[in-house]
Amino acid sequence: MTAFLGLPGWPGRPGSRRPPAEPAHAPRGVGHLRAADPFPVAARRALADAQLRRNLGKATTTIRAKRAAVVSELPDWEELRAAGEAIKTATMADLDRHLEQLDAAVTARGGTVHWARDAIEANNIVTALVQAAGATEVVKVKSLATDEIGLNDALAAAGIAAYETDLAELIVQLGHDRPSHVLVPAIHRNRSEIRDIFLREMNDVSPDLTDDPAALAEAARQHLRRKFLSATVGISGANFGVAETGTLCVVESEGNGRMCVTLPQTLITVMGIEKVIPSWADLGVFLQLLPRSSTGERMNPYTSMWTGVTPGDGPQSVHLVLLDNGRTAALADPVGRAALHCIRCSACLNVCPVYERTGGHAYGSVYPGPIGAVLSPQLTGIEDNASLPYASSLCGACYDVCPVKINIPELLVHLRARHVEEARRTQRLPSAEAITMAAASYVLADPGRLAAAQSASRSGRLLGRRGRITALPPPLAAWTRARDAPVPPPQTFRQWWQGHHGDDRGDRDDRGDQ
Amino acid sequence: MSARDDVLARIRAAARTGADGTGPASFAAAPSPGPRYRTRSELAGPELLELLASRLTDYRALVHLASAATLADEIGAALRRRQARRIVVPPALRLPLPGFVTATADTRPFLSPAELAAFDGVVTRAAVAVAETGTIVLDGSPDQGRRAISLVPDYHLCVVEAGQVVHLVPEAVARLAAGRPLTWISGPSATSDIELERVEGVHGPRTLEVVLVSG
Ligand code: SF4
Repeated sequence: MTAFLGLPGWPGRPGSRRPPAEPAHAPRGVGHLRAADPFPVAARRALADAQLRRNLGKATTTIRAKRAAVVSELPDWEELRAAGEAIKTATMADLDRHLEQLDAAVTARGGTVHWARDAIEANNIVTALVQAAGATEVVKVKSLATDEIGLNDALAAAGIAAYETDLAELIVQLGHDRPSHVLVPAIHRNRSEIRDIFLREMNDVSPDLTDDPAALAEAARQHLRRKFLSATVGISGANFGVAETGTLCVVESEGNGRMCVTLPQTLITVMGIEKVIPSWADLGVFLQLLPRSSTGERMNPYTSMWTGVTPGDGPQSVHLVLLDNGRTAALADPVGRAALHCIRCSACLNVCPVYERTGGHAYGSVYPGPIGAVLSPQLTGIEDNASLPYASSLCGACYDVCPVKINIPELLVHLRARHVEEARRTQRLPSAEAITMAAASYVLADPGRLAAAQSASRSGRLLGRRGRITALPPPLAAWTRARDAPVPPPQTFRQWWQGHHGDDRGDRDDRGDQ
Repeated sequence: MSARDDVLARIRAAARTGADGTGPASFAAAPSPGPRYRTRSELAGPELLELLASRLTDYRALVHLASAATLADEIGAALRRRQARRIVVPPALRLPLPGFVTATADTRPFLSPAELAAFDGVVTRAAVAVAETGTIVLDGSPDQGRRAISLVPDYHLCVVEAGQVVHLVPEAVARLAAGRPLTWISGPSATSDIELERVEGVHGPRTLEVVLVSG
């Protein structure tokens, strides 16, 4: 059964027999959570692309300024962050109860709830629903969850065409490309590249199309209009699912989301189980945190909320697919589970010096940037994304901007330690991918500075008491003045590897088949 | 075991995983001492309407202030400027429309998406407006209609009464009923997908015009 692939062996329970109900990782061979190349290799490729770096630099600079401006408008921003964190922590503490409540509420309002252990099961459920509706085409509003499970590929295999309707997703789809940012998936493309893609791929576009963003948006509008008006099945994700009421919520800008959740007769929503929020009033917190953190707007242009079926208004066949796909494995880690609090605003990407230089593709997962570095390895099992926890300089900017206060640097350090621990405990050599993770560091920062930082980080261990460090030697001293740093693992991976294996490059992979 | 049972059992197993992998549940639900963020505001009257108007304008909505006496004129003037003659309206709009307009009420059997696309615009009321964010919220009441009618036409004229305006997002959430289909609208359709440059007008109405009626 796919659900048992890549199960973690938890410290203290080596080789324990795992009954079917144990938390499970996302299966291999489906979806977009694992990289073809480890981070350092992909990052080096990205770093060689000057155009990409220019596009990214411009975009992240713009969006950082916008976010800062609208955040500073609110006198209670810190209180909202604290509330967001508290709500998420409380939700995870009772996740089973909230999901049961959501299930009951959606069902009571005429919706149908499906549960999926993993990507394969979710893809099968959605495919069967589309087929039952007699459709060979679906319109989709941008959804990370459906991208995570590779839904479009699964639908295509069943002869169903999935049309991405978000402008950026359309650019990515027509460019036969992969998204590179949570919020602005085509952030790596500039306007003239986009015009070229449209001219090449859209059969209904005028050859005089300019690279003016307004003209490009108009071309997308014309291209998708007919699809929207005739679509019988819409597919969405959900930003929030309210347990108390059964209400699902999609936050967007262009109106393509409204089209997808309103016009078709059948609506299928794929939602990760961590997206549930307990009560209606919680929306008052997240509808402030999310838009200001993501697009840097006081409010995004459109937010749609629906509760089961509304007779005579919108889809009359409404489905919700609740997706695990590795989330329970993350939940089982008392530290790591904070990554499940993420509301996918992408603020942490936009402030990350590593992301700004490498872009999203280097992370090899639908979840790039700092949050991806802590979420993807937990969903897949660390061994399958072993270089990602090292794809960071631990500068802490991500923590400062996170609207739900996820301590990403702490999680990174925790996952590095856990990975070394797991490798040691199972007495296996880390995979070839794991070997290269130390090299990642060299790509991420000036080599000299990094080496200094790493050894400084190690000596920081000597100062740690009860898991916190209060002072570090330079150059990290300035950083710890601003916040308590988590204690780094006793050895960096590189130190550990050199200590145990000398110069052995360890290309072999004797993990055994899992 | 069904997938539902299986996932729920996994969650319960995860909750049992303590810090060292052996212990009992280590979930610590944060104590919730009532919200410390703003949930109520004293802002009222002209300041509130002014804030709403400026925030709406900021995101490129067209805004007009009217009194009960000038409402009909403002609606007429807006529709004339837009040259909107064929208008779709919700089943119970109860607003004065000018004589040059042909208004079609969206009643059963409802208009199809293709039929809606042929209208010059739509006129609705709203359920709530949020001043701080420049947001109007529609809840599908008979004076607002099905979600599709305020989505497909390219022009949306929305009439908001002073009594419907709140200052803060949490105040709006508290006023709204969860069971209804809700659409929160902040300015016209927009995208920032191309080099993060905001462009008004992709799939939703490309022009949003709001008439605020002071009490
Ligand atoms: S981790 Fe925080 S900052 Fe990053 S995307 Fe998630 S919610 Fe936003």
